[in-house]
Amino acid sequence: MLTLDGCRIVQGDFALTADFAVNAGARVSIIGPSGAGKSTLLAAIAGFLPLAGGRILWTGKDIAVQPPGARPLSIIFQDNNLFPHLTAFQNVALGLKPSLRLAESEAAQVRDALARTGLAGLEDRKPSELSGGQQSRVALARVLLRGRPILLMDEPFAALGPALRAEMLDLVKTLAAETGATLLMVSHDPADAKRLGGQTVVVAEGRAEPPVETGLLFADPPQVLRDYLGD
Amino acid sequence: MPRWPGWIAVAAILSLTLGTLALVAWRAEDSFGLGSGLGPADWAAVRFTLLQATLSAVLSVAAAIPLARALARRAFPGRGLLITLLGAPFILPVIVAVLGLLAVYGRNGFVSQGLSLIGAEPISIYGLTGVVLAHVFFNMPLATRFLLQGWLAIPAERFRLAASLGFSASDTARLLEWPMLRATVPGAALVVFLICTTSFAVALALGGGPAATTVELAIYQAFRLEFDLSRAAFLSLVQVAICTLAAALAFRFAIPAGFGAGLDRTRQRWDAAHWTLRAVDTAAILAATLFLLVPLALVVARGFPALPDLSSATFAAAGRSLWVAAISTALTGITALSLALLIQSLRRGAQLVEGIGYLSIAASPLVIGTGLFIAIFPFASPVALALPVTAVVNTAMSLPFALRALVPALAEAEAAHGRLADSLGLTGWARLRLVLLPRLRRPLGFALGLAAALSMGDLGVIALFADPSEATLPLLLYSQMSAYRMDDAAASGLVLIALSLLAFWIFDRGGRANAHA
Repeated sequence: MLTLDGCRIVQGDFALTADFAVNAGARVSIIGPSGAGKSTLLAAIAGFLPLAGGRILWTGKDIAVQPPGARPLSIIFQDNNLFPHLTAFQNVALGLKPSLRLAESEAAQVRDALARTGLAGLEDRKPSELSGGQQSRVALARVLLRGRPILLMDEPFAALGPALRAEMLDLVKTLAAETGATLLMVSHDPADAKRLGGQTVVVAEGRAEPPVETGLLFADPPQVLRDYLGD
Repeated sequence: MPRWPGWIAVAAILSLTLGTLALVAWRAEDSFGLGSGLGPADWAAVRFTLLQATLSAVLSVAAAIPLARALARRAFPGRGLLITLLGAPFILPVIVAVLGLLAVYGRNGFVSQGLSLIGAEPISIYGLTGVVLAHVFFNMPLATRFLLQGWLAIPAERFRLAASLGFSASDTARLLEWPMLRATVPGAALVVFLICTTSFAVALALGGGPAATTVELAIYQAFRLEFDLSRAAFLSLVQVAICTLAAALAFRFAIPAGFGAGLDRTRQRWDAAHWTLRAVDTAAILAATLFLLVPLALVVARGFPALPDLSSATFAAAGRSLWVAAISTALTGITALSLALLIQSLRRGAQLVEGIGYLSIAASPLVIGTGLFIAIFPFASPVALALPVTAVVNTAMSLPFALRALVPALAEAEAAHGRLADSLGLTGWARLRLVLLPRLRRPLGFALGLAAALSMGDLGVIALFADPSEATLPLLLYSQMSAYRMDDAAASGLVLIALSLLAFWIFDRGGRANAHA
């Protein structure tokens, strides 16, 4: 279970509080108006922003004291998920060993991860030689390889068209189901949340609300969500 | 906008660089005729020039890497001030810096006195050691700014991604920093090498003798001491060959932009929190600050007590320096602006004209001076024209920097406001006055400040021409140092540094004050 225990994030005169728990293996969308602090919340969980108060617990252990790379999570950013001067293989292999000195068994793992995301044969391409969808798949292959129990996604696949985005979300869902990963995804598009299913956290007015079943939430949206959706 | 001022500027630059070179070549034919060619002393000068420039380039960049890395990944109070200080050697008179370095590393300097306390031999700053030391003093800050720019050009997202993957500092170094350094270090080193091949004032003050004479210094000696114009001319050709080679090499690599803005940012780094890395960075920053500040602080500290004894000769020399700097600054402004407007207006050949504007980077002041001497000598006494000639040569030396600041700014102003100005029928003088000049205030102020400071502190062609009684302040300071009148030298040094910084500040400030964003 991932617990945000009285978390408080302060940036200048902006403040955000979050106090809820997410079950292991859950799929959670985070939606809300822009500027409400969705990405800020994710950055704090990932370790890029310090907490002004509170704890972040995973299986009872406070992970807020750990540096970003040591936390039990992987993160996919909106863009810049790949190093442009490294090949797809190298970008994925970084998830196993930043030194890139791999044993043959480890190289096989990298190739396997690439194959599972549909990238077999594209190992030696640089990101610039891959399509947007393929670039996202490289990032997902690395997530698979790292095998961390939590996956954070900050408006992932924002650069992709609607059909491709839906395809990628389905792939993420499949991979998360296979690995049992806990998924937290920030999105500004309610369609993404509906496609992902699971639960949804609404971030608005300086608060991240506890997760609610996504279907129930959209069937009877609270006022802040209604304002955001515009209906 | 009429183009003739720009074409006049082009003609002036061509005659100053290629024209003087042709004169020198013509005069040097005499020595070919005599079959003298390069003597052993001349070969020694060539070797020393290349050796000291190579050492200076390597050491400057080697020292710059840890400093730039520390500045790129640490935020600390005084960081902005230190980065500003790294720009200062550019407008600092060379001879003042030498005075400061002597106060620290000279025979009676700090370090030697410390060594003698523990019974060790004092160090000797004259010769290769001193020349390289002074060059590192001037060029390590420049190299640091180049490399810092490289570091800050690595997108923040890369470091964030690196942190999310748990990169250690050495992973970051290997995967992010090393590729950047491989791309920037050769360019930075070659720029330093190029600067050091034309070094004259440093070699004059700290070098000399058969073992430590640069080609520039050899030209001066052939000219002033041996009155051998043919040999001076021949050495000038050698100097031009070295410069051209170095410049060609430097331009083959991407030259890093010199005065990039935005060095005030740092990257948030999650890989560098370990205390050993903090200690390494702190040490790099402290060492660099001491290395740069202590010599200057000593000049100021020793100059103040001697100020009441300033001689009338110092005041007269300061007056001549101000005069030279004023002329040179005005000429630089007019020439650079005319050229920039011409470049902007040309559809074809703009790059060629801009390239001509940068010619003097590869030219040496002493070669231009020698050529001007040959040109003037049949008609007038070059000694009588020492000051105007110095002002003109200083203009040629400042011009590349002024163009570098003005040309992109002008292109930007035209891109942003050109269409509106066209639609309003704003042309010619009105366009310049109402649209372009207001947008150019900052770069123009900066360029003029640089020209004023460079000219104020210049010790080059003036040494070739001037009568000792008609010296500028840097030349007077040099003669006081050679005569070991260190108190007088310290006072002159303080006045010179104050005038140089003031000259830069006035113009640069003038460009910023009330400038509309």
